[in-house]
Amino acid sequence: MNNFLDFEKPIADLEGKIRELEGLEDGSDIEIKEDIAKLRQKALHQLEQTYAKLTPWQKTQVARHVDRPKLSDITAQLIEEFTPLAGDRAFADDKAIVGGMGRFRGRSVVVIGTEKGKDTESRLRHNFGMARPEGYRKAQRLMRMADHFSLPILTFIDTSGAYPGIGAEERGQAEAIARSIEVSLDVRVPMIASIVGEGGSGGAVALASANRVLMFANAIYSVISPEGCAAILWKTRDKAQEAATAMKVTAQDLLKLKVIDRIVDEPVGGAQRDVPAAINALGDAIEEELTSLVGKEPGELREERRRKFLAIGRLEEG
Amino acid sequence: MNWLTNKVLPKFRQLTTKQDTPDNLWVKCPDCGQMLFHNDLQANQNVCAHCDYHLRISPVERFEALFDEAKYDLIELPEVPVDPLKFRDSKRYTERLKDARHKTGDIDAMKVAHGKMNGNAAVIAVQNFDFMGGSLGLAVGEAIVAASKLAILQKAPLILFSAAGGARMQEGILSLMQMPRTTVAIQRLKENRLPFIVVLTDPTTGGVTASYAMLGDIQIAEPGALICFAGPRVIEETIRETLPDGFQRAEFLLEHGMLDMVVHRKDMRETLCRIIDLLGTKLKLPPAVMKNSDKKTVAKPSVAKEESAAASSSKK
Repeated sequence: MNNFLDFEKPIADLEGKIRELEGLEDGSDIEIKEDIAKLRQKALHQLEQTYAKLTPWQKTQVARHVDRPKLSDITAQLIEEFTPLAGDRAFADDKAIVGGMGRFRGRSVVVIGTEKGKDTESRLRHNFGMARPEGYRKAQRLMRMADHFSLPILTFIDTSGAYPGIGAEERGQAEAIARSIEVSLDVRVPMIASIVGEGGSGGAVALASANRVLMFANAIYSVISPEGCAAILWKTRDKAQEAATAMKVTAQDLLKLKVIDRIVDEPVGGAQRDVPAAINALGDAIEEELTSLVGKEPGELREERRRKFLAIGRLEEG
Repeated sequence: MNWLTNKVLPKFRQLTTKQDTPDNLWVKCPDCGQMLFHNDLQANQNVCAHCDYHLRISPVERFEALFDEAKYDLIELPEVPVDPLKFRDSKRYTERLKDARHKTGDIDAMKVAHGKMNGNAAVIAVQNFDFMGGSLGLAVGEAIVAASKLAILQKAPLILFSAAGGARMQEGILSLMQMPRTTVAIQRLKENRLPFIVVLTDPTTGGVTASYAMLGDIQIAEPGALICFAGPRVIEETIRETLPDGFQRAEFLLEHGMLDMVVHRKDMRETLCRIIDLLGTKLKLPPAVMKNSDKKTVAKPSVAKEESAAASSSKK
């Protein structure tokens, strides 16, 4: 773990010291060994303490961490026989959204998600996870296919938002997102969305209008980025911390508002510190939710999904 | 009381606010710069007589221009939670709401009315940009849900005039959730085979464009309206290029296949009447309304109507 966030500096210092001592240690010095053990204990404690009380802005930083689980990690670990499917059949294949079929814990499913990429080359290829209309049209196509073959849909979201560009606007970014939401609310198969890192605005909700919305404990989901909100309402991006708090972007807040259905705990110090463990926990949560959905009638699944969204934020009236 | 608060009060406020400063007698066209006499402008539905620039127009003026004999009924919209996040930026959200309510005389950014259009029942929802940029929050979402319900109840088409800077940030994620929420409302309408006609007006952007405003059976826009997902400033900041002329304007969207037509405000009523007539809502009019229209019609049309009425009733 080399990529420390600014608020992790004390932990980074401790780990630096540990590495230094490990360099000195030649296997004979018991005192150094003891020191290392103590420092490790201290670092772990510090990490637990820090992550137990992250502010919304710190969570935003964690959610955007470069080592967060990527869609490619998730498909590699959770989806057997993953078979990517490309293209929107109209214009292009948008690699910011990856989709396909595969087997999730024995069950055939359709997987759709945003992919940010891991290194410079793949980040550019996936456009940093910012989809264009073709991406949302591919998603619609795959959702329709899932519906046609009665396959559950699993979506994974980690995007700062839909791409704001000339071409994207020309080819109907707004319409593509609107239709993606419409199709999500139309399919009659179980649909489970997981917010893995950033759930950025319309570009995220396009894939997250699902029967169940799960969210990693340090992920964020918001109508606009804290920076964007600060720029508009406070007239300066420097107020992003305040905006993150005011907008209620954390999983814990969103569970209270009943916008999401379940929080998936992350390993100590965040999913980025132990990606396989985090993905495994996510897989367990998805499996549980999916099991509770697969027995239901197709019409019921759709109606339940629609009612769920109709009820969000409404005054109590039953 | 409802009629008083919803109809008379806003009109009264409009009159008083417009007339208390003398320079409001003349309005400068934002496009061509011509000075336009207030009364002329109003008579011309807020369209510049020199360059056809479409200035903003209030929901009430729209209703009056669209419904038969300017007669319509506003519906009372369901209450929604106020300031669910207890949001505060440089100002409290509740303060901003209060200001907007005072300025417009409305509760929130959407008004819904029903009446007749060329004899056909119709529900019209109008989003008001003057109320916090028309932003989509719980109240606008609820208004669309209510408008859809009313349209289904009356077996009438829903015509929606959109105008918004996007989502209401002060309601955070709950404003984002209005995108799926309003989509469900529109799906219910469509499953009842009732027309959903969207008229995009200046400006329609962000989460509004990316949900109900792009889901119309028929997509119309007013000339020159800015219609987009990401606003021009955001795009310029991202790609660091100046944008082409006319980018994201109604005519641009028409050319790129995103709209059915761009319609001048003076032709709006006629166009909408024709569309709802052609889409056949007469077949679905409730029997009571049928009888009424039968009384005054002569020969041919009435035969057609009776036949169609018979056809629709025999189905049931």
